[in-house]
Amino acid sequence: MNTKRIVFVGVGGQGNLLSSQVLGEAALLAGFPVNVSEVHGMAQRGGVVESAVVMGGALSSIVSDGEADVLLSFEPSETLRALAKCSPGSTVITNIVPLVPFTVAVGKGAYPDIKASLELIRKKVKRLIALNANALAEEAGSAMAGNIVMLGALAQSGILPLTREHFLAALKKTIKKKLLDVNLKAFDLGFEAAARL
Amino acid sequence: MHALLSGKPGDQQLLLGNEAIVRGALEAGVAFATAYPGTPSSEVPLNFFQIKQETDLYFEYSTNEKVALEVAAGAAVSGLRTMVTMKHVGVNVAADPLMTLAYTGVNGGMVILTADDPSLFSSQNEQDNRFYARLSGLPMLEPTTPQEAKDMTIYAFELSEKLRLPILLRTTTRINHSRGIVTLGEIPPRQTKGNFVKDPFSYVTVPAVSRTLHVKLLKKYDQALEEANRSSFNAIIGQGKWGIITQGVSFCYVQDALQELEVEGAFSVLKMGFSYPFPQQLVEKFLSQVDKVLVVEELEPIMEEAVLATAQRIGRQIPIQGKGIGLLNRLFENEPVRVKKSIAQYFDLPYQVKEPVEITDLPALPGRPPNLCPGCPHRSIFYSVKKVVGQEAIFPTDIGCYTLGVLPPLSVADFVICMGSSASSAAGFSRATDKPVIAFIGDSTFFHSGITGLINGFHNNHKFTLVILDNGTTAMTGHQPHPGVDSTLLGQPNNRVSIEALVQGIGIKMITVVNPKKVKETMEAVKKSLAFEGVSVIISQEICPLYARRVLPPTKAKTFTVNESRCKNHRDCVNLFACPAFYIEKDRVQINENLCIGCAVCAQVCPEHAILPRK
Repeated sequence: MNTKRIVFVGVGGQGNLLSSQVLGEAALLAGFPVNVSEVHGMAQRGGVVESAVVMGGALSSIVSDGEADVLLSFEPSETLRALAKCSPGSTVITNIVPLVPFTVAVGKGAYPDIKASLELIRKKVKRLIALNANALAEEAGSAMAGNIVMLGALAQSGILPLTREHFLAALKKTIKKKLLDVNLKAFDLGFEAAARL
Repeated sequence: MHALLSGKPGDQQLLLGNEAIVRGALEAGVAFATAYPGTPSSEVPLNFFQIKQETDLYFEYSTNEKVALEVAAGAAVSGLRTMVTMKHVGVNVAADPLMTLAYTGVNGGMVILTADDPSLFSSQNEQDNRFYARLSGLPMLEPTTPQEAKDMTIYAFELSEKLRLPILLRTTTRINHSRGIVTLGEIPPRQTKGNFVKDPFSYVTVPAVSRTLHVKLLKKYDQALEEANRSSFNAIIGQGKWGIITQGVSFCYVQDALQELEVEGAFSVLKMGFSYPFPQQLVEKFLSQVDKVLVVEELEPIMEEAVLATAQRIGRQIPIQGKGIGLLNRLFENEPVRVKKSIAQYFDLPYQVKEPVEITDLPALPGRPPNLCPGCPHRSIFYSVKKVVGQEAIFPTDIGCYTLGVLPPLSVADFVICMGSSASSAAGFSRATDKPVIAFIGDSTFFHSGITGLINGFHNNHKFTLVILDNGTTAMTGHQPHPGVDSTLLGQPNNRVSIEALVQGIGIKMITVVNPKKVKETMEAVKKSLAFEGVSVIISQEICPLYARRVLPPTKAKTFTVNESRCKNHRDCVNLFACPAFYIEKDRVQINENLCIGCAVCAQVCPEHAILPRK
């Protein structure tokens, strides 16, 4: 397969590293060479968390600007902040529900207009998949499952040579048993929502 | 069973570099491990800590990296296989024992992990610890992938016992915190009982002895050099006339670049994994088969200069360049496109790089800096201190979550250079300026290297206030224990050191223990301490809320809410206290009850008493 590069961005606590780990496991189960990079640290203190999955044979685990095939983001302002990872040929999969930074919450900064931002992104990249991951996560049974909703959308996009079954197997391997059902539902809801777009 | 203990030989797992190192150490039969936490190394000691609970592996978090290395030295000299882990600046702390342990050598294999941090993702500098191999004379191995990190860890123990020397295993963040496919091997039983054979002429490093030991070290260097020259971790890949010499993650970027540029056939790549002693013979061979060389390494031009010296020695006059070519420089980490462009430029190759989308027309984005958590006791005491002194005092601070106190509106940090520097530099600031000095230090940092600074302050008659922020854990790196914690919360039987008793034992005459959630009491303590002519200590005691959530039963503390009729909207709460649980809706301050932990400090901040517990 050609190398595929997927960049994940979000805010600490949104389950970024779990998502990239699940994707990595899916690639491993499917027999593809894969590397995953993570930037640990300020996650619990409300900062930005970035990770990347590089699959298909490249040795690097990080993704330079312009090199992402997919930018998968759990938070719309972080999608904008990470946009330089994309080239005009990239696909952006983004949640549309903001997690307002503290600076904005107390009136010391302005949060960008989401609708206008999505339009701007749509014009710059090959494909934009925008969903309300929060609502779908709630429907699945847990506000914390937004990250797995987004993985469902990634699976549906068909950009990666991974089947739904690969993802499901990876989820079963990675997620704690008692949380598995909610996450499987979240994955399916994300998959179906992306299919309807 | 712990995930890194299960898994049969031949299994493939997607492991973090740090996990691969732990698995490698287990497969090498490591029996004794010590560490001080530090990103990006922290998952190594974390996994050892967990594995110790279910095996006969001995592991401890030592007080600091110097102690960790010295403890392990005792065990290694007694024949046990030992591992010591730390981040790059931790080696500075351990450097004193490191240098002379190279002279005495060890009997059981010892592997020292130095986890470097190019691009300073979580460090105060990005020093290049390859220099420590050169300074100490100890061999150094540098993996390029998590699989190699495992393989090198295993080899390092064997090499260590062959040479009777500690071996430096040097990683960077992109190895420690990347996941790669790793094939597992077998975990043998551990030898956990050592034996010490008395031999002062090998271990007591008085000058007469050390002179003989230095001679021995140089002989071991020659042996290590032979190993490096024939090591399979150093490899020449390809037969092209254009040469690239590279190491660590840069090797990955080089290989990917050559593949994407479709020029692999034109290149020979020398991958340097067993990097010190510098494998001169192998490099000479490489230089003879290429007619132009680019050295691709992160940070300092260490390999570049060694290659140039080698070429000069054998009279091989070919272009050899590194830093300054293309985008290669001494700052920060390398990344794939930087390496690709530099190779293309130096060898004059056509290349296509995917241009990033235009971002200049994007709306301005609000910052999302990391912040102290809602309910963090550090925010509370910082607020109280600011209320008393404003910006009139100098605030030396130290390394931990509380360094985030540098952010506005708290802005209570003026100087940080290394662990423990607050307790010592406070004396210099005080005597040089006659300004009030309030230094902040965390509990773990205090044990690590703050005690000596405090003793110095008292003994040399300085005048400053040291605020010891005792939140019951080593928070920033992931809530590891330290000598002052209640280790029963972790199910451990360790003896606890009382910070208060220690400070009293030093002889400090003005000590106040405060609960930082009580603003008035804390402000009184600050005023009293500032007025004291000498060194005063405030011990601010309140458990880290994140840690409490993990180890204590859930609290029934009520969350707080803003009473709209009392609130006059003058915003002291968000402007001076700035807890992240606040938000503004319809021009009024509100409290997010999912973030509020009910610490009640904001209620004491509000002059109108408009913040009240939710019913």
